Amino acid sequence: MYVTRTFELPPSASSSVREELQFLPPSKLTVESVSKTFKTRTGPVQALDKVSLQVGEGEFVCLVGASGCGKSTLLNIIAGLEKPDSGTVTADGLRVLEPGRERLVMFQESALFPWLDVLGNVLFGLKMKPHLSNKDRKQVARYYLELVGLTRFERSNIHELSGGMKQRVALARALAPNPRMLLMDEPFAALDALTREQLYGDLQQIWESRRKTIIFVTHNVREAACLGDRVLLFSPHPGRIREEFLIKLPRQRDINSTALAEYASRIMASLKGFKENNGEVAE
Amino acid sequence: MKRFFLSLLFFAGLLLLWEAVVRMHIWSPVLLPAPIKVVEYLKSAAADGTLWQAIVVTLKRLLLGYAIGLIGGVPLGLLTARWNVLHDTIGTLALGLQTLPSVCWVPLALLWFGQSEAAMLFVVVMGTLWSVVIATDTGVRHVPPIYRRAALTMGSKNLHIWLRVILPAALPFIVSGMKQGWAFAWRSLMAAEIFVTILSGFGLGQLLHYGRELNAMDQVIAIMFVIVLIGLLADKTFFAPVERFLHRRWGTSQEAA
Repeated sequence: MYVTRTFELPPSASSSVREELQFLPPSKLTVESVSKTFKTRTGPVQALDKVSLQVGEGEFVCLVGASGCGKSTLLNIIAGLEKPDSGTVTADGLRVLEPGRERLVMFQESALFPWLDVLGNVLFGLKMKPHLSNKDRKQVARYYLELVGLTRFERSNIHELSGGMKQRVALARALAPNPRMLLMDEPFAALDALTREQLYGDLQQIWESRRKTIIFVTHNVREAACLGDRVLLFSPHPGRIREEFLIKLPRQRDINSTALAEYASRIMASLKGFKENNGEVAE
Repeated sequence: MKRFFLSLLFFAGLLLLWEAVVRMHIWSPVLLPAPIKVVEYLKSAAADGTLWQAIVVTLKRLLLGYAIGLIGGVPLGLLTARWNVLHDTIGTLALGLQTLPSVCWVPLALLWFGQSEAAMLFVVVMGTLWSVVIATDTGVRHVPPIYRRAALTMGSKNLHIWLRVILPAALPFIVSGMKQGWAFAWRSLMAAEIFVTILSGFGLGQLLHYGRELNAMDQVIAIMFVIVLIGLLADKTFFAPVERFLHRRWGTSQEAA
């Protein structure tokens, strides 16, 4: 039911382009008893309380919970954008101390740069790879624009794109430096249902074709069941991982299938069961 | 095209009105010369070279002072935006000095530098610098933090972030600060040239000044025309295209021709 696109390099692609596009082994991630407290005007808020988790190579893990349960904070800590008060994050055996392009983040708002056009945005991360020539970089960027189906829009300005197209560009930009892990912070939350459904299909396909480890934060239970190999449930105040669901459904998954709906309602029931849960969760 | 003719019609109308008022002899021709007198002055001043010389002298002073104001102002604004200590000190100073009409610098410049080019330059720089500093500072502080975070995860750091992310993101603010700085530089230079007679070159302001001394109203009005024209030209040839580009890229306004 999804359009399958083939992604092939032009025969003229140089060896450095081929090397740049080769599959890197996806990352393995360990989070060990990470805690984080924020100071707010109303007093300290414990966003994370000794959270531990393991993510295998090439695994697609969804973090689900009410807003304010600390799941985005955890993602930022994994990205290296924030520091935990205690605990460690290890990616492939190395401590995560600062952000780096092995773990690229895709934000809820597109965070695309309005002063660059679509191609310029996808090129941004590639510009920091000194061994590539400009021609190589363009070829790599175009490869990923094709992957997300936006080849025709490479010269468009960001404000001319629809919300869905913006997130596709953001996905291409995140994929372009060939990270081994993608961290996605509610990337589809602001999109309409139809566009989201399309992107679920695309993302699954890209995940399979590019072999990345993906950690995906969402408050949408169905979305989590559709995308994740594993869904982790957070409870708020303080943020903790309370439960884990393995989603044993074949890919590509259709968000509207009944089997998926069953998983979603089980996850939802669990979430509602958390006494502390006074936030909102969308089904 | 229609809009062009409309504006042409408007200015032709103004000219006619002027001529009509002159013919009614309400004011003495010394106070209000006919348009043709003004054109005649411009012709003769262009023919004997005084006009061109004055324009060159003025533009030289203006561009040099403006360039120094920009080269100093943008980095200074970046610094005040980066460190709160500098924002609270230099930033506050800039804010205060920006409210000072630039003509107020003239007496000080005269005493410090005498009747020299340096005094002119000083006044123009003071007119430009502070508004550029403040616009850059404001622009940087308005950059959404998410741009920085996105750039960080893509491997951008320190100076690279400042040059490739923060600076371009703040560009709309900086350009409007540049425009304001240009207007201030123009005003302060004219004030300086009218007040300060120096022998190293006669600018447009000085021609204006001598026009008054000689009761030559045709000269005064003609020079005012030239000053307005240069201002318009700078706007149309430099600022307008830049602003159009920014609006198109950012999508901040509907396409205006």
